Amino acid sequence: MTAVAAPAEILATDDLSAYYGEHKAVGDVSIQFRRKAVTALIGPSGCGKTTLLRCLNRIHEVLFDARVTGRVLLDGHDIYATDMDPMRVRRRIGMVFQRPNPFPTLSILDNVLACGRHGLTREQKLQVAERALRAAALWDEVKDKLKTSPLRLSGGQQQRLCIARAIAAEPEVLLMDEPTASLDPIATAVIEELMCSLAKEFTIVAVTHNMQQAARVSDVTAFMLADETRIGRLIEVDDTSKLFTKPRDPRTEDYITGRFG
Amino acid sequence: MASSVSAIAERDLPARYKGLGRRRFNSFLGTGLALFCALVAAASLLAILGYVVRQGVGAINWEFLTDVPHPIGVPGGGVGNGIVGSLIIIGIATLMALPVGLLTGIYLALFGRGVLPESLRFLSDVLSGVPSIAIGLFAYALLVAPFKHFSAFSASFAFMMLMLPLLVRTSEQAIRTVPQTVREGALALGMSNFRATIQIVLPTALPAIVTALLLAIARVTGETAPLLFTAFGSQFWETNPGNPMAELSLQVFTYAISPYPSWQAQAWGGALLLIVAVFVLSLGARLMLARAMRGLSE
Repeated sequence: MTAVAAPAEILATDDLSAYYGEHKAVGDVSIQFRRKAVTALIGPSGCGKTTLLRCLNRIHEVLFDARVTGRVLLDGHDIYATDMDPMRVRRRIGMVFQRPNPFPTLSILDNVLACGRHGLTREQKLQVAERALRAAALWDEVKDKLKTSPLRLSGGQQQRLCIARAIAAEPEVLLMDEPTASLDPIATAVIEELMCSLAKEFTIVAVTHNMQQAARVSDVTAFMLADETRIGRLIEVDDTSKLFTKPRDPRTEDYITGRFG
Repeated sequence: MASSVSAIAERDLPARYKGLGRRRFNSFLGTGLALFCALVAAASLLAILGYVVRQGVGAINWEFLTDVPHPIGVPGGGVGNGIVGSLIIIGIATLMALPVGLLTGIYLALFGRGVLPESLRFLSDVLSGVPSIAIGLFAYALLVAPFKHFSAFSASFAFMMLMLPLLVRTSEQAIRTVPQTVREGALALGMSNFRATIQIVLPTALPAIVTALLLAIARVTGETAPLLFTAFGSQFWETNPGNPMAELSLQVFTYAISPYPSWQAQAWGGALLLIVAVFVLSLGARLMLARAMRGLSE
């Protein structure tokens, strides 16, 4: 396993392992994420890529019996240090989930503002919401129905609403867990375009099991694979163009050429 | 089903497809039996309803709804004080049971594993199985006997004990049906566990919780046994929860066992009122639940 020489890293893991009860799902991963770049985590189902992602904002630990060992460094500070508040961590590291999960009882506007931007006037809150919705390429579609239920939106619109909700908190890193898994090809294309444009402002780490998507949207790609004891391991990480053309590890080559997974 | 396309003779079929006629007959038999039982159940319910309406509707008039009971021999009188008493006793019980039941339900839904939550669940299940007369006796021992004074509040306390297990388990269930992804979405925005629950999860579960509350109220509306030695009953307009108070189902009981035909007629009238109240509460609960289901699938 080789790490990319990236001095501009914002987020890094150090010997990170994640468990569900006794089962180790991710083992000893050390990886750096480049600032304002899109890093794609690829690998076959069950390789631990989603679990790894969920360790990066400490959402893994909300599941029963789930725990983490090792360190995750955000700008050099361990987010698992005892004096680190997970709420503050999640404020700085936002997340978009596999299935759109707008809050069903809140309006579109209140969904975007749900992160709780305190101390802002009504006017300023509207500005925050508009900026986030514009950044998520959703503003024009919802600007006339901000007070309505998000459940009337299409799946792709709901997912962009969730992206707007995440970036309204102005996080430094945006984690995306297969954000297009439940969307049709057109909605997928919109989200992919969005990921590229958001990378100018945010550091993005995205899980995908679609290799074409990784090739299209990411600057860096990390390949994960479960070993014979079902522990997810990081196999290789490199610039996307290199990883897909000249993989160093034969297992990476097997995967990207479609020999398994 | 038997269109021209499927005109294949039974004898031409491979053996594994044969015997369709017998299966069809069995299916017909089973469906018919189930339908028959359903009709028997519905008929007995309708018979009860119809009988109570027939017996009770004659007793119901304005005076019956608004007047206090008259002494024996004085014609007329009503259950107005009992209706008010029911509202007060059940109202106080609800005000006490709702916060405790709801917060316990939230606790169980959020931190539902371990010794304490499991024992809470077990105790709550046990409590829901305790006969209401025993709960009434407990309220009597705790709140009546020491003060040597019957009171509406002791009845509210007994009703609260009856409502609690229902509220605890149903609000836990309601909160659990909110998808984990919604809760994680809130946590991922940096919300605290408590805020995510109050602001996001609870509103999503609210229709189901209101349904549970209405059903719990309907449950105690029909209770009589715990009232016998707590609220005790009263002939007067009594609104002070510290005093004995009239209650509708208690009045039905007292009137029904009396030897006077005029009181017996009023017992039927009171029974009809109780059935209507429970009917309205259940209908409301169903409508709320239907709304909740629509909201989730939308």
